Amino acid sequence: MGSEKEIIRIEDLNKTFHTKDADVTALDQVNLAIREGEIFGIIGLSGAGKSTLVRCMNLLEKPTRGHVYFDGKDLGGLSAKELNEERHSIGMIFQSFNLLMQRTALQNICFPLELTGTPKAKARERARELLQIVSLEDKENAYPAQLSGGQKQRVAIARALATNPKVLLCDEATSALDPNTTRAILALLKDINRKLGVTIVVITHEMSVIEEICGRVAIIDQSHIVEMGKVEDIFVKPQSRIARQLLFPGGRKEFKFGKDGRFLRIVFDGMSSYEPVISGMVLECGYPVNIMFADTRDIDGKAMGQIILALPDDERAVHRMYAYLNTHKVRFEEVKEL
Amino acid sequence: MRPELFQLILPSTWESLYMTLLSAALAYVVGLPLGILLVVTDKNGIRPIPALNAALGTIVNLLRSVPFLILFIALRGVTSAVVGRAYGARAVIVALFVAAAPFIARMVESSLKEVDPGVVEASQSMGASTMQIIMKVLLPEARASLLVGAAISITTILGYSAMAGIVGGGGLGAVAINYGYYRGEDTIMWVMIIILVAIVQVFQEVGMRLSRLVDKRIR
Repeated sequence: MGSEKEIIRIEDLNKTFHTKDADVTALDQVNLAIREGEIFGIIGLSGAGKSTLVRCMNLLEKPTRGHVYFDGKDLGGLSAKELNEERHSIGMIFQSFNLLMQRTALQNICFPLELTGTPKAKARERARELLQIVSLEDKENAYPAQLSGGQKQRVAIARALATNPKVLLCDEATSALDPNTTRAILALLKDINRKLGVTIVVITHEMSVIEEICGRVAIIDQSHIVEMGKVEDIFVKPQSRIARQLLFPGGRKEFKFGKDGRFLRIVFDGMSSYEPVISGMVLECGYPVNIMFADTRDIDGKAMGQIILALPDDERAVHRMYAYLNTHKVRFEEVKEL
Repeated sequence: MRPELFQLILPSTWESLYMTLLSAALAYVVGLPLGILLVVTDKNGIRPIPALNAALGTIVNLLRSVPFLILFIALRGVTSAVVGRAYGARAVIVALFVAAAPFIARMVESSLKEVDPGVVEASQSMGASTMQIIMKVLLPEARASLLVGAAISITTILGYSAMAGIVGGGGLGAVAINYGYYRGEDTIMWVMIIILVAIVQVFQEVGMRLSRLVDKRIR
Protein backbone atom coordinates (compact mmCIF):
# COMPACT_ATOMS: atom_id res chain seq x y z
CA MET A 1 0.00 0.00 0.00
CA GLY A 2 1.01 3.61 -0.34
CA SER A 3 1.88 5.80 -3.26
CA GLU A 4 4.90 8.05 -3.46
CA LYS A 5 2.84 11.16 -2.85
CA GLU A 6 3.45 12.67 0.56
CA ILE A 7 0.34 13.56 2.53
CA ILE A 8 2.05 14.74 5.72
CA ARG A 9 5.51 16.25 5.80
CA ILE A 10 7.23 17.41 8.94
CA GLU A 11 10.34 19.56 8.70
CA ASP A 12 12.75 20.33 11.48
CA LEU A 13 10.02 20.26 14.09
CA ASN A 14 10.73 21.42 17.61
CA LYS A 15 8.25 21.61 20.44
CA THR A 16 9.30 23.04 23.77
CA PHE A 17 6.92 23.35 26.69
CA HIS A 18 7.55 26.22 29.05
CA THR A 19 6.82 25.15 32.58
CA LYS A 20 7.35 27.11 35.77
CA ASP A 21 10.59 25.40 36.64
CA ALA A 22 12.16 24.73 33.28
CA ASP A 23 11.73 24.39 29.57
CA VAL A 24 10.95 20.86 28.50
CA THR A 25 11.79 19.84 24.97
CA ALA A 26 9.24 17.28 23.82
CA LEU A 27 10.39 17.12 20.21
CA ASP A 28 13.59 18.17 18.55
CA GLN A 29 14.75 18.16 14.93
CA VAL A 30 12.00 15.86 13.83
CA ASN A 31 11.78 15.26 10.10
CA LEU A 32 9.45 12.78 8.53
CA ALA A 33 7.18 12.22 5.60
CA ILE A 34 4.07 10.08 5.50
CA ARG A 35 2.94 8.81 2.13
CA GLU A 36 -0.60 8.81 0.91
CA GLY A 37 -2.37 5.52 1.56
CA GLU A 38 0.14 3.94 3.93
CA ILE A 39 -0.21 2.91 7.55
CA PHE A 40 2.61 4.65 9.33
CA GLY A 41 3.55 3.80 12.90
CA ILE A 42 5.23 5.95 15.50
CA ILE A 43 6.49 4.02 18.48
CA GLY A 44 8.27 5.02 21.62
CA LEU A 45 8.22 4.61 25.37
CA SER A 46 5.94 6.89 27.36
CA GLY A 47 7.33 10.39 27.56
CA ALA A 48 9.30 9.97 24.34
CA GLY A 49 7.26 12.67 22.62
CA LYS A 50 5.10 10.58 20.32
CA SER A 51 1.77 12.00 21.47
CA THR A 52 3.12 15.52 21.05
CA LEU A 53 4.27 14.59 17.56
CA VAL A 54 0.86 13.35 16.46
CA ARG A 55 -0.78 16.45 18.00
CA CYS A 56 1.51 18.60 15.90
CA MET A 57 0.17 16.91 12.76
CA ASN A 58 -3.20 18.64 13.16
CA LEU A 59 -1.79 21.53 15.15
CA LEU A 60 -3.54 20.64 18.40
CA GLU A 61 -0.04 21.46 19.59
CA LYS A 62 1.56 24.46 17.98
CA PRO A 63 5.16 23.67 17.05
CA THR A 64 7.79 25.92 18.62
CA ARG A 65 9.80 25.71 15.42
CA GLY A 66 9.59 23.95 12.10
CA HIS A 67 6.85 23.19 9.61
CA VAL A 68 3.98 20.78 9.30
CA TYR A 69 2.69 20.31 5.77
CA PHE A 70 -0.61 18.58 5.18
CA ASP A 71 -1.42 17.80 1.57
CA GLY A 72 1.12 20.41 0.51
CA LYS A 73 -0.19 23.18 2.76
CA ASP A 74 1.88 24.62 5.59
CA LEU A 75 -0.58 24.33 8.49
CA GLY A 76 1.32 26.87 10.58
CA GLY A 77 0.62 29.57 7.99
CA LEU A 78 -3.15 29.16 8.02
CA SER A 79 -5.72 31.32 9.78
CA ALA A 80 -7.83 29.71 12.52
CA LYS A 81 -10.69 29.34 10.07
CA GLU A 82 -8.55 27.80 7.35
CA LEU A 83 -6.99 25.43 9.87
CA ASN A 84 -10.42 24.24 11.00
CA GLU A 85 -11.24 23.68 7.34
CA GLU A 86 -8.17 21.46 6.95
CA ARG A 87 -8.97 19.61 10.15
CA HIS A 88 -12.12 18.28 8.51
CA SER A 89 -9.69 16.27 6.35
CA ILE A 90 -7.68 14.95 9.31
CA GLY A 91 -9.62 12.54 11.53
CA MET A 92 -8.32 11.62 14.95
CA ILE A 93 -9.07 8.94 17.53
CA PHE A 94 -7.83 8.75 21.11
CA GLN A 95 -6.93 6.32 23.86
CA SER A 96 -9.86 7.48 25.98
CA PHE A 97 -12.26 7.63 22.99
CA ASN A 98 -13.41 11.17 23.86
CA LEU A 99 -16.99 10.67 22.80
CA LEU A 100 -19.65 13.21 23.69
CA MET A 101 -21.24 11.49 26.68
CA GLN A 102 -24.61 13.20 26.32
CA ARG A 103 -25.07 12.13 22.71
CA THR A 104 -26.03 8.77 21.25
CA ALA A 105 -23.67 6.87 18.96
CA LEU A 106 -25.52 8.24 15.93
CA GLN A 107 -25.46 11.81 17.26
CA ASN A 108 -21.76 11.50 17.99
CA ILE A 109 -21.08 10.55 14.39
CA CYS A 110 -23.28 13.42 13.21
CA PHE A 111 -21.24 15.88 15.28
CA PRO A 112 -18.42 16.60 12.79
CA LEU A 113 -21.04 16.84 10.04
CA GLU A 114 -22.94 19.45 12.07
CA LEU A 115 -19.71 21.41 12.29
CA THR A 116 -19.48 21.55 8.52
CA GLY A 117 -23.12 22.49 8.17
CA THR A 118 -24.31 19.26 6.57
CA PRO A 119 -28.14 19.07 6.45
CA LYS A 120 -29.47 16.94 9.30
CA ALA A 121 -31.11 14.24 7.18
CA LYS A 122 -28.01 13.83 5.08
CA ALA A 123 -25.82 13.67 8.18
CA ARG A 124 -27.95 10.93 9.71
CA GLU A 125 -27.84 8.96 6.51
CA ARG A 126 -24.05 9.21 6.40
CA ALA A 127 -23.82 8.31 10.11
CA ARG A 128 -25.85 5.15 9.54
CA GLU A 129 -23.55 4.20 6.68
CA LEU A 130 -20.56 4.60 8.98
CA LEU A 131 -22.20 2.60 11.76
CA GLN A 132 -22.42 -0.20 9.25
CA ILE A 133 -18.73 0.10 8.36
CA VAL A 134 -17.80 -0.27 12.02
CA SER A 135 -20.42 -3.02 12.57
CA LEU A 136 -22.54 -1.15 15.12
CA GLU A 137 -25.80 -0.83 13.18
CA ASP A 138 -27.79 -1.96 16.19
CA LYS A 139 -26.26 0.60 18.58
CA GLU A 140 -27.26 3.86 16.94
CA ASN A 141 -29.37 4.98 19.90
CA ALA A 142 -26.99 3.79 22.60
CA TYR A 143 -25.17 6.34 24.72
CA PRO A 144 -21.41 5.91 25.25
CA ALA A 145 -22.04 4.89 28.87
CA GLN A 146 -23.92 1.87 27.55
CA LEU A 147 -21.12 0.73 25.23
CA SER A 148 -18.00 -1.36 25.84
CA GLY A 149 -14.52 0.05 25.25
CA GLY A 150 -14.22 -1.57 21.85
CA GLN A 151 -17.65 -0.33 20.81
CA LYS A 152 -16.79 3.19 21.97
CA GLN A 153 -13.65 3.16 19.85
CA ARG A 154 -15.69 1.97 16.88
CA VAL A 155 -18.03 4.91 17.31
CA ALA A 156 -14.99 7.19 17.58
CA ILE A 157 -13.59 5.73 14.36
CA ALA A 158 -16.91 6.21 12.59
CA ARG A 159 -17.04 9.79 13.87
CA ALA A 160 -13.51 10.48 12.69
CA LEU A 161 -14.38 9.16 9.23
CA ALA A 162 -17.63 11.08 8.88
CA THR A 163 -16.15 13.97 6.92
CA ASN A 164 -14.22 11.69 4.55
CA PRO A 165 -10.78 12.61 5.87
CA LYS A 166 -7.60 11.85 3.97
CA VAL A 167 -5.74 10.93 7.13
CA LEU A 168 -6.72 9.21 10.35
CA LEU A 169 -4.49 9.90 13.35
CA CYS A 170 -4.66 7.22 16.04
CA ASP A 171 -3.22 8.26 19.40
CA GLU A 172 -2.76 5.08 21.47
CA ALA A 173 -6.15 4.05 20.13
CA THR A 174 -5.92 0.49 21.41
CA SER A 175 -4.01 1.06 24.64
CA ALA A 176 -7.13 1.00 26.79
CA LEU A 177 -8.46 -2.18 25.19
CA ASP A 178 -7.95 -5.86 25.93
CA PRO A 179 -5.91 -7.97 23.47
CA ASN A 180 -8.88 -9.42 21.60
CA THR A 181 -10.58 -6.07 21.19
CA THR A 182 -7.27 -4.55 20.17
CA ARG A 183 -6.92 -7.09 17.40
CA ALA A 184 -10.47 -6.41 16.19
CA ILE A 185 -9.92 -2.64 16.17
CA LEU A 186 -6.61 -3.03 14.31
CA ALA A 187 -8.30 -5.26 11.76
CA LEU A 188 -10.96 -2.59 11.31
CA LEU A 189 -8.31 0.09 10.78
CA LYS A 190 -6.55 -2.08 8.23
CA ASP A 191 -9.83 -2.60 6.45
CA ILE A 192 -10.56 1.11 6.39
CA ASN A 193 -7.10 1.78 5.00
CA ARG A 194 -7.59 -0.77 2.26
CA LYS A 195 -11.18 -0.06 1.33
CA LEU A 196 -11.35 3.69 1.77
CA GLY A 197 -7.72 4.49 1.04
CA VAL A 198 -7.39 6.56 4.19
CA THR A 199 -3.80 7.16 5.27
CA ILE A 200 -3.42 6.03 8.88
CA VAL A 201 -0.90 7.23 11.45
CA VAL A 202 -0.64 4.97 14.48
CA ILE A 203 0.93 6.10 17.74
CA THR A 204 1.69 3.30 20.16
CA HIS A 205 4.11 1.95 22.73
CA GLU A 206 3.42 -1.63 21.68
CA MET A 207 5.52 -3.24 18.97
CA SER A 208 2.77 -5.82 18.39
CA VAL A 209 0.47 -3.05 17.14
CA ILE A 210 3.13 -1.85 14.70
CA GLU A 211 3.79 -5.38 13.46
CA GLU A 212 0.14 -6.06 12.99
CA ILE A 213 -0.82 -3.18 10.74
CA CYS A 214 2.00 -0.79 9.90
CA GLY A 215 4.03 -0.68 6.71
CA ARG A 216 6.61 1.79 7.93
CA VAL A 217 7.56 2.92 11.38
CA ALA A 218 9.45 5.71 13.08
CA ILE A 219 11.01 5.03 16.46
CA ILE A 220 11.08 8.00 18.74
CA ASP A 221 13.22 8.30 21.84
CA GLN A 222 13.97 11.29 24.02
CA SER A 223 12.38 13.78 21.63
CA HIS A 224 14.25 12.49 18.57
CA ILE A 225 13.46 10.07 15.80
CA VAL A 226 16.20 7.49 16.18
CA GLU A 227 15.21 5.09 13.46
CA MET A 228 12.74 5.00 10.60
CA GLY A 229 11.99 2.52 7.87
CA LYS A 230 10.02 -0.50 6.81
CA VAL A 231 8.65 -2.43 9.77
CA GLU A 232 10.14 -5.72 8.55
CA ASP A 233 13.61 -4.18 8.22
CA ILE A 234 13.55 -2.73 11.69
CA PHE A 235 12.15 -5.94 13.01
CA VAL A 236 14.98 -7.97 11.51
CA LYS A 237 17.82 -5.54 12.04
CA PRO A 238 17.08 -2.99 14.69
CA GLN A 239 19.80 -0.34 14.70
CA SER A 240 19.04 1.46 17.91
CA ARG A 241 19.02 0.33 21.50
CA ILE A 242 15.51 1.57 21.93
CA ALA A 243 14.27 -0.38 18.90
CA ARG A 244 15.78 -3.51 20.38
CA GLN A 245 14.09 -2.81 23.70
CA LEU A 246 10.73 -2.30 22.06
CA LEU A 247 11.04 -5.59 20.21
CA PHE A 248 10.84 -7.50 23.45
CA PRO A 249 7.50 -7.24 25.16
CA GLY A 250 7.97 -6.55 28.82
CA GLY A 251 11.22 -4.77 28.28
CA ARG A 252 14.82 -5.77 28.73
CA LYS A 253 14.73 -6.91 32.32
CA GLU A 254 13.50 -10.37 31.42
CA PHE A 255 16.56 -11.11 29.39
CA LYS A 256 19.30 -11.41 31.89
CA PHE A 257 20.55 -14.86 31.00
CA GLY A 258 23.12 -14.97 33.73
CA LYS A 259 26.03 -15.77 31.46
CA ASP A 260 27.84 -13.95 28.75
CA GLY A 261 27.56 -15.51 25.41
CA ARG A 262 26.44 -15.23 21.88
CA PHE A 263 22.84 -15.29 20.96
CA LEU A 264 21.06 -15.73 17.71
CA ARG A 265 17.86 -13.85 17.03
CA ILE A 266 15.76 -15.56 14.41
CA VAL A 267 12.99 -13.51 12.94
CA PHE A 268 9.85 -14.97 11.47
CA ASP A 269 8.28 -12.47 9.17
CA GLY A 270 5.77 -14.43 7.24
CA MET A 271 7.30 -17.78 6.25
CA SER A 272 5.00 -20.73 6.35
CA SER A 273 4.31 -21.65 9.94
CA TYR A 274 4.16 -25.32 8.93
CA GLU A 275 7.87 -25.40 8.26
CA PRO A 276 9.77 -26.67 11.31
CA VAL A 277 12.81 -24.40 11.02
CA ILE A 278 14.42 -24.88 14.41
CA SER A 279 14.13 -28.63 14.54
CA GLY A 280 15.29 -28.83 10.92
CA MET A 281 18.36 -26.81 11.83
CA VAL A 282 19.11 -28.90 14.91
CA LEU A 283 18.77 -32.16 12.99
CA GLU A 284 20.94 -31.01 10.11
CA CYS A 285 23.69 -29.46 12.23
CA GLY A 286 23.61 -32.23 14.80
CA TYR A 287 23.94 -29.73 17.60
CA PRO A 288 21.33 -28.95 20.28
CA VAL A 289 20.37 -25.35 20.90
CA ASN A 290 18.94 -23.66 23.91
CA ILE A 291 15.84 -21.56 23.34
CA MET A 292 16.14 -18.47 25.54
CA PHE A 293 13.10 -16.62 24.37
CA ALA A 294 10.32 -17.19 21.94
CA ASP A 295 7.47 -14.99 20.88
CA THR A 296 5.84 -16.34 17.78
CA ARG A 297 2.32 -16.54 16.53
CA ASP A 298 0.45 -17.83 13.59
CA ILE A 299 -1.22 -15.09 11.57
CA ASP A 300 -3.25 -16.58 8.71
CA GLY A 301 -0.85 -19.51 8.33
CA LYS A 302 2.22 -17.28 8.45
CA ALA A 303 4.73 -17.44 11.24
CA MET A 304 5.39 -14.05 12.80
CA GLY A 305 7.66 -13.24 15.70
CA GLN A 306 11.09 -14.09 16.98
CA ILE A 307 13.10 -16.73 18.78
CA ILE A 308 16.35 -16.22 20.61
CA LEU A 309 18.77 -19.11 20.80
CA ALA A 310 21.98 -19.44 22.79
CA LEU A 311 24.70 -20.31 20.30
CA PRO A 312 26.97 -23.27 20.87
CA ASP A 313 30.67 -22.57 21.53
CA ASP A 314 31.67 -24.75 18.58
CA GLU A 315 32.44 -22.30 15.77
CA ARG A 316 31.87 -24.89 13.04
CA ALA A 317 28.43 -25.71 14.37
CA VAL A 318 27.57 -22.01 14.32
CA HIS A 319 28.68 -21.75 10.68
CA ARG A 320 26.55 -24.70 9.73
CA MET A 321 23.58 -23.17 11.44
CA TYR A 322 24.07 -19.90 9.56
CA ALA A 323 24.35 -21.81 6.30
CA TYR A 324 21.16 -23.69 7.05
CA LEU A 325 19.26 -20.54 7.90
CA ASN A 326 20.58 -18.76 4.82
CA THR A 327 19.53 -21.52 2.45
CA HIS A 328 16.11 -21.57 4.03
CA LYS A 329 15.88 -17.78 3.70
CA VAL A 330 15.30 -17.31 7.39
CA ARG A 331 16.21 -13.85 8.64
CA PHE A 332 18.49 -13.73 11.63
CA GLU A 333 21.12 -11.72 13.41
CA GLU A 334 23.70 -12.46 16.02
CA VAL A 335 23.35 -10.49 19.20
CA LYS A 336 25.98 -10.20 21.93
CA GLU A 337 23.72 -9.18 24.75
CA LEU A 338 20.13 -8.32 25.08
CA MET B 1 -54.26 30.59 64.24
CA ARG B 2 -55.57 33.90 63.12
CA PRO B 3 -57.37 34.17 59.78
CA GLU B 4 -55.10 37.00 58.67
CA LEU B 5 -52.22 34.52 58.66
CA PHE B 6 -53.47 33.11 55.38
CA GLN B 7 -53.74 36.56 53.95
CA LEU B 8 -50.09 36.93 54.85
CA ILE B 9 -48.89 33.61 53.48
CA LEU B 10 -50.14 33.75 49.91
CA PRO B 11 -48.95 37.18 48.84
CA SER B 12 -45.63 36.90 50.66
CA THR B 13 -44.93 33.47 49.19
CA TRP B 14 -45.75 34.80 45.78
CA GLU B 15 -43.55 37.82 46.40
CA SER B 16 -40.62 35.64 47.46
CA LEU B 17 -40.97 33.39 44.42
CA TYR B 18 -41.31 36.38 42.15
CA MET B 19 -38.19 38.07 43.57
CA THR B 20 -36.18 34.87 43.49
CA LEU B 21 -37.09 33.63 40.05
CA LEU B 22 -36.99 36.97 38.31
CA SER B 23 -33.61 37.92 39.76
CA ALA B 24 -32.27 34.41 39.06
CA ALA B 25 -33.37 34.73 35.44
CA LEU B 26 -31.77 38.17 35.13
CA ALA B 27 -28.63 36.97 36.90
CA TYR B 28 -28.32 34.04 34.46
CA VAL B 29 -28.51 36.43 31.52
CA VAL B 30 -25.27 37.93 32.80
CA GLY B 31 -23.81 35.06 34.86
CA LEU B 32 -24.02 32.36 32.18
CA PRO B 33 -22.01 34.25 29.53
CA LEU B 34 -19.66 35.46 32.27
CA GLY B 35 -19.08 31.87 33.45
CA ILE B 36 -18.47 30.76 29.86
CA LEU B 37 -15.99 33.61 29.39
CA LEU B 38 -14.17 32.64 32.57
CA VAL B 39 -13.70 29.10 31.24
CA VAL B 40 -12.92 29.95 27.64
CA THR B 41 -10.40 32.71 28.36
CA ASP B 42 -8.60 30.72 31.07
CA LYS B 43 -4.93 30.06 30.33
CA ASN B 44 -5.85 26.43 29.67
CA GLY B 45 -9.10 27.35 27.94
CA ILE B 46 -9.95 27.11 24.26
CA ARG B 47 -9.34 30.85 23.68
CA PRO B 48 -6.84 31.96 26.33
CA ILE B 49 -6.98 35.69 27.06
CA PRO B 50 -5.17 35.91 30.43
CA ALA B 51 -5.67 39.66 30.95
CA LEU B 52 -9.44 39.53 30.39
CA ASN B 53 -9.70 36.40 32.48
CA ALA B 54 -7.87 38.01 35.39
CA ALA B 55 -10.00 41.17 35.15
CA LEU B 56 -13.28 39.23 35.10
CA GLY B 57 -12.10 37.01 37.93
CA THR B 58 -11.28 40.02 40.06
CA ILE B 59 -14.65 41.71 39.45
CA VAL B 60 -16.47 38.48 40.28
CA ASN B 61 -14.46 38.03 43.47
CA LEU B 62 -15.02 41.64 44.55
CA LEU B 63 -18.78 41.37 44.16
CA ARG B 64 -18.84 37.95 45.79
CA SER B 65 -16.98 39.19 48.85
CA VAL B 66 -19.52 41.87 49.78
CA PRO B 67 -22.12 40.39 52.18
CA PHE B 68 -25.56 40.55 50.62
CA LEU B 69 -27.17 42.82 53.22
CA ILE B 70 -24.39 45.36 52.91
CA LEU B 71 -24.58 45.16 49.13
CA PHE B 72 -28.32 45.80 49.30
CA ILE B 73 -27.80 48.88 51.46
CA ALA B 74 -24.85 50.11 49.42
CA LEU B 75 -26.84 49.84 46.21
CA ARG B 76 -29.74 51.99 47.45
CA GLY B 77 -28.82 54.83 45.11
CA VAL B 78 -28.63 52.58 42.09
CA THR B 79 -31.80 50.78 43.08
CA SER B 80 -33.76 54.01 43.39
CA ALA B 81 -32.55 55.09 39.99
CA VAL B 82 -33.50 51.79 38.38
CA VAL B 83 -36.85 50.88 39.98
CA GLY B 84 -37.86 54.18 41.56
CA ARG B 85 -37.45 53.27 45.23
CA ALA B 86 -34.95 51.68 47.56
CA TYR B 87 -37.30 49.33 49.47
CA GLY B 88 -39.78 46.57 48.66
CA ALA B 89 -39.64 43.53 46.45
CA ARG B 90 -38.59 45.28 43.24
CA ALA B 91 -35.71 47.01 45.01
CA VAL B 92 -34.55 43.67 46.34
CA ILE B 93 -34.50 42.25 42.82
CA VAL B 94 -31.86 44.76 41.76
CA ALA B 95 -29.57 43.82 44.65
CA LEU B 96 -30.26 40.10 44.19
CA PHE B 97 -29.31 40.39 40.55
CA VAL B 98 -26.01 42.09 41.40
CA ALA B 99 -25.21 39.53 44.10
CA ALA B 100 -26.34 36.47 42.15
CA ALA B 101 -24.75 37.15 38.76
CA PRO B 102 -21.14 36.62 39.95
CA PHE B 103 -22.24 33.67 42.09
CA ILE B 104 -23.88 32.08 39.05
CA ALA B 105 -20.82 32.85 36.93
CA ARG B 106 -18.70 30.79 39.34
CA MET B 107 -21.28 27.98 39.39
CA VAL B 108 -21.35 27.88 35.59
CA GLU B 109 -17.55 28.03 35.48
CA SER B 110 -17.18 25.03 37.76
CA SER B 111 -19.79 23.05 35.81
CA LEU B 112 -18.10 23.71 32.47
CA LYS B 113 -14.71 22.81 33.89
CA GLU B 114 -16.06 19.35 34.66
CA VAL B 115 -16.31 18.63 30.93
CA ASP B 116 -13.58 16.18 29.94
CA PRO B 117 -10.76 18.16 28.28
CA GLY B 118 -10.28 15.16 25.98
CA VAL B 119 -13.74 15.69 24.50
CA VAL B 120 -12.94 19.35 23.90
CA GLU B 121 -9.65 18.36 22.28
CA ALA B 122 -11.47 15.84 20.08
CA SER B 123 -13.87 18.51 18.88
CA GLN B 124 -10.95 20.83 18.15
CA SER B 125 -9.37 18.04 16.12
CA MET B 126 -12.59 17.92 14.11
CA GLY B 127 -12.28 21.60 13.31
CA ALA B 128 -14.87 23.01 15.72
CA SER B 129 -14.73 26.79 16.19
CA THR B 130 -14.72 28.37 19.65
CA MET B 131 -18.44 29.16 19.37
CA GLN B 132 -19.24 25.64 18.19
CA ILE B 133 -17.33 24.17 21.11
CA ILE B 134 -19.26 26.35 23.56
CA MET B 135 -22.67 25.66 22.04
CA LYS B 136 -22.27 22.04 20.97
CA VAL B 137 -19.79 20.64 23.48
CA LEU B 138 -19.36 22.58 26.72
CA LEU B 139 -22.98 23.52 27.45
CA PRO B 140 -24.67 20.26 26.37
CA GLU B 141 -22.02 18.05 28.01
CA ALA B 142 -22.28 20.02 31.27
CA ARG B 143 -26.09 20.23 31.27
CA ALA B 144 -26.59 17.90 34.26
CA SER B 145 -24.13 19.83 36.37
CA LEU B 146 -25.56 23.16 35.16
CA LEU B 147 -29.01 22.10 36.39
CA VAL B 148 -27.67 21.18 39.81
CA GLY B 149 -25.92 24.56 39.84
CA ALA B 150 -29.20 26.28 38.95
CA ALA B 151 -30.97 24.57 41.85
CA ILE B 152 -28.22 25.66 44.25
CA SER B 153 -28.23 29.20 42.84
CA ILE B 154 -31.99 29.60 43.11
CA THR B 155 -32.12 28.36 46.68
CA THR B 156 -29.21 30.64 47.59
CA ILE B 157 -31.03 33.62 46.03
CA LEU B 158 -34.17 32.68 47.97
CA GLY B 159 -32.07 32.80 51.12
CA TYR B 160 -30.71 36.23 50.20
CA SER B 161 -34.21 37.49 49.43
CA ALA B 162 -35.40 36.44 52.88
CA MET B 163 -32.46 38.25 54.46
CA ALA B 164 -33.46 41.43 52.67
CA GLY B 165 -36.61 41.42 54.82
CA ILE B 166 -34.62 42.95 57.64
CA VAL B 167 -33.84 46.12 55.69
CA GLY B 168 -37.13 46.75 54.00
CA GLY B 169 -37.33 43.96 51.45
CA GLY B 170 -40.50 42.00 50.84
CA GLY B 171 -41.69 38.41 50.80
CA LEU B 172 -41.58 35.65 53.40
CA GLY B 173 -38.42 36.96 55.04
CA ALA B 174 -39.95 40.37 55.66
CA VAL B 175 -43.08 38.84 57.23
CA ALA B 176 -41.01 36.53 59.42
CA ILE B 177 -38.92 39.42 60.67
CA ASN B 178 -41.72 41.96 61.03
CA TYR B 179 -44.08 39.61 62.89
CA GLY B 180 -41.62 37.32 64.60
CA TYR B 181 -38.81 39.67 65.52
CA TYR B 182 -40.53 43.01 65.97
CA ARG B 183 -43.91 41.84 67.31
CA GLY B 184 -42.81 38.66 69.03
CA GLU B 185 -45.31 36.52 67.12
CA ASP B 186 -43.24 33.42 66.91
CA THR B 187 -45.96 31.30 65.31
CA ILE B 188 -46.01 33.47 62.23
CA MET B 189 -42.25 33.41 62.05
CA TRP B 190 -42.20 29.62 62.20
CA VAL B 191 -44.86 29.30 59.54
CA MET B 192 -42.76 31.47 57.25
CA ILE B 193 -39.67 29.42 58.03
CA ILE B 194 -41.51 26.22 57.17
CA ILE B 195 -42.69 27.67 53.88
CA LEU B 196 -39.14 28.76 53.05
CA VAL B 197 -37.80 25.31 53.88
CA ALA B 198 -40.50 23.71 51.74
CA ILE B 199 -39.68 25.95 48.76
CA VAL B 200 -35.97 25.18 49.06
CA GLN B 201 -36.77 21.45 49.19
CA VAL B 202 -38.93 21.66 46.09
CA PHE B 203 -36.37 23.59 44.04
CA GLN B 204 -33.52 21.36 45.14
CA GLU B 205 -35.45 18.18 44.45
CA VAL B 206 -36.75 19.32 41.07
CA GLY B 207 -33.24 20.42 40.09
CA MET B 208 -31.68 17.12 41.07
CA ARG B 209 -34.37 15.09 39.33
CA LEU B 210 -34.08 17.09 36.13
CA SER B 211 -30.33 16.74 36.29
CA ARG B 212 -30.56 12.96 36.59
CA LEU B 213 -33.14 12.85 33.85
CA VAL B 214 -30.96 14.61 31.28
CA ASP B 215 -27.69 12.95 32.29
CA LYS B 216 -26.91 10.13 29.87
CA ARG B 217 -23.70 9.14 31.63
CA ILE B 218 -25.69 7.16 34.17
CA ARG B 219 -26.79 3.53 33.49
